[in-house]
Amino acid sequence: MKNAIFVLMFLFAPLSVMAAGGHGPELQEANIDLKDKASLQRGAKYFVNYCMGCHSLQYMRYQRMADDLGIPDDELRANLLFGDAKPTDMMTNSLKEADGVKWFGTAIPDLTLVTRWRSPDWVYSYLKAYYVDETRSYGVNNLVFPDVGMPHPFAHLQGVQAPVFAGGHGEHAEGTGHVVGVKLVEPGQMTPSEYDLLVRDLTNFLTYAGEPSKLERRQLGLYVLLFLGLMFILSFYLKREFWKDVH
Amino acid sequence: MNEQGTDKSRRRILVAATSAVGAVGVGFVAVPFISSMNPSARARAAGAPVEADVSKLEPGALLRVKFRGQPIWVVYRTDEMLESLPSNDPKLVDPGSEVATQQPEYCQNPARAINPSYFVAIGICTHLGCSPTYRPEVAPDDLGPDWKGGWFCPCHGSKFDLAGRVFKGVPAPTNLVIPKHTFLNESTILIGEDEAGAA
Amino acid sequence: MSVETVDTAPRGFLGWLDKRFPVMGLWNDHMAQYYAPKNMGLWSIFGSLALVVLIIQIVSGLWLAMSYKPSAAEAFASVEYIMRDVNWGWLLRYIHSTGASFFFILVYLHMFRGLMWGSYKNPRELLWIIGVVIYLAMMATAFFGYLLPWGQMSYWGAQVIVNLFAAVPEVGADLSTWVRGDFVISDVTLNRFFAFHFVIPFLLVALVFLHIVALHRVGSTNPDGIEIKKGPKGNKWDPTKPADGIPFHPYYTVKDITGLTVFLAIFSLVVFYAPDLGGLFLEAPNFIPADPLKTPEHIAPVWYFTPYYAMLRAVPPIGGSQFPGVLVMFGAILIMFFLPWLDRSPVRSMRYKGVLSRFFLGAFAVSFVVLAYLGLMPSTDLYTLLAQIFTVVYFAFFLLMPIYTKLEKTKPVPERVTS
Repeated sequence: MKNAIFVLMFLFAPLSVMAAGGHGPELQEANIDLKDKASLQRGAKYFVNYCMGCHSLQYMRYQRMADDLGIPDDELRANLLFGDAKPTDMMTNSLKEADGVKWFGTAIPDLTLVTRWRSPDWVYSYLKAYYVDETRSYGVNNLVFPDVGMPHPFAHLQGVQAPVFAGGHGEHAEGTGHVVGVKLVEPGQMTPSEYDLLVRDLTNFLTYAGEPSKLERRQLGLYVLLFLGLMFILSFYLKREFWKDVH
Repeated sequence: MNEQGTDKSRRRILVAATSAVGAVGVGFVAVPFISSMNPSARARAAGAPVEADVSKLEPGALLRVKFRGQPIWVVYRTDEMLESLPSNDPKLVDPGSEVATQQPEYCQNPARAINPSYFVAIGICTHLGCSPTYRPEVAPDDLGPDWKGGWFCPCHGSKFDLAGRVFKGVPAPTNLVIPKHTFLNESTILIGEDEAGAA
Repeated sequence: MSVETVDTAPRGFLGWLDKRFPVMGLWNDHMAQYYAPKNMGLWSIFGSLALVVLIIQIVSGLWLAMSYKPSAAEAFASVEYIMRDVNWGWLLRYIHSTGASFFFILVYLHMFRGLMWGSYKNPRELLWIIGVVIYLAMMATAFFGYLLPWGQMSYWGAQVIVNLFAAVPEVGADLSTWVRGDFVISDVTLNRFFAFHFVIPFLLVALVFLHIVALHRVGSTNPDGIEIKKGPKGNKWDPTKPADGIPFHPYYTVKDITGLTVFLAIFSLVVFYAPDLGGLFLEAPNFIPADPLKTPEHIAPVWYFTPYYAMLRAVPPIGGSQFPGVLVMFGAILIMFFLPWLDRSPVRSMRYKGVLSRFFLGAFAVSFVVLAYLGLMPSTDLYTLLAQIFTVVYFAFFLLMPIYTKLEKTKPVPERVTS
């Protein structure tokens, strides 16, 4: 029976990868670690300071975040809570859906579940894939999310990236081929590795926010499996003992 | 085909062991189901301590605030009101607030308050949970000449004095409950939490 | 009932109860003195496991319903509320979402076992038919339930399936509007789907009860497809009962408990380590709230419906109507009702059937899996062609059965079960 189910599971498992994998450039691996609390805390700080002006985490409670990430209460109140927000509040901002439509032509998405919808690697790659494109209203475009309606939030930190076109060198082939990559042409306040770390921390935090119970889930799973292992041993010997009667 | 080959005690031990472990397993499974029916994070957030601003409260008036969905009364008692309290003592079930569950220790005093002027109580009758009516007037027709102000429960007629102490001969068994509270400053009361922690 | 029950008439509370309600009679008839073939083997376990999953689904579903809000404005947020704010809510939800898929896995294996052992043949036609009705009720429950999270996949999946009704000639458009209660999938639709999703499982319980009653009337079959009731009598428990039978309790109860722990371990692996199962059990687009103005790039039904969805897409519109495809899709399920009369073989089990039966059963299983795969994929010319071929294979298994089961040479069936 075990075999049959495993066979079935493995028959189906690869399908999903193909079903989910769309087109577009290959994503970079975010290599996040949900156990790295320091990284999650930095990510939370980046999110609150850089993203939350526009994007909310409407299903995430400050208090839950502080508890899970080990942020002390005074630090939560000093650095992460703005205005009259209380620790028990949801991480929302005061923007209305209509504001987004007015400013960006589309509602600003809530990011609580972005990593579950898009995947952590997508978020990580997206934040690294902005390049200069004067045809766009914000002067930038994105390799991972073509024609995105959002300006580069970290342009001052990352610097300026130029597009790399298919089959040739950037500046001369402009407008002829399609963009296949980006390269840094003007450094920002951070070195590329510092910037990678920032994006990784942010992705890590957003992955946490997508499913705050993930670590707890995995830990509990271990105990459940150990218990079922014990139950299996006992019931196996029980079955064998009784079936001695059957010839 | 015979029963001689079977080891009865081995069977019994295996059955007992499997049943016991299985029962423990069912017990573990029950935990999340039972626990999920307790207040959720949202309910707990809504049940967080609330602040009451008493700066604009008139003498003798009652202010209602909501804490965990329940009415909390804050009454600014006048000196006459406070002076009338001891005269009720012979007619009360628990004049000395001996029942420890009905108030925090710091309110086990004649006025049942931190600052005698401000009386804080959960506005829920200790009988069956109605919210009694505030009747501050002295000797009204329906409550008799001895009435010195207090609360009257419209459901079953329980009566409480201005310190929330229950009168004898009414259905309610004990005094009104005083929640944990503390003064954040002279005119702000935090309800649901005191120096020792949250309720 | 045997003499034994009289001898051991229960005393005390059980005796009091047994005088007023046939506890011991039921226990004996269906457990302690229900004689099942001793050679049933591993494949016999899926029925019991499916029953356990049904109970898991009803209990976890009831608990989810305590926090879920069946309204378009609140449904999506209430699911996240369950996942985050309700104590252990994430576990309840993952148990339920994983249970749905496992219910189908188990029932598909259970049905395949029935095909291998010829469990639908005389005298088990009604048992099989009740089983197919159970399968239909399960599909209805799953379909209604799939809308409830109110994500993009929920919404557009329901939209597409309800629109299938619109393909019915003449009344189609009115019919699909009636099913939705609105001109698009909306709050009203969600509300009624919740009501159905809640109540059909109780019908399912009743059907499972009938399924077991019918089973215990005709007796369990086995990999040899031999009727143990017709064989010699007398075993070590009862001289009047089939020699090749063993009491269901304790022998099959202990066996099923052992199997259950293995199953629960696999189930837990998914619940605790891969509740999305790579997007098969919980699809990524369902993490965006339903948006009636924007269809996701690629929509497909949840995996257990995709074989039928592939068949639907395989049939080209005739005269501009999708109706033939819809007929084929529903036909693929309804044809199962006729299986007991399509099989003309003198033997039940694949063990003694000929090469043709084995070939067609294998081809049928392969076509089911391939169609499931194709239903998940976006349609291309190649995939559509493949879907057409395998749809034909799927139906050939049923429609040619009267011919190939008659043509082929069967092996002699032994007198007694083999072990």
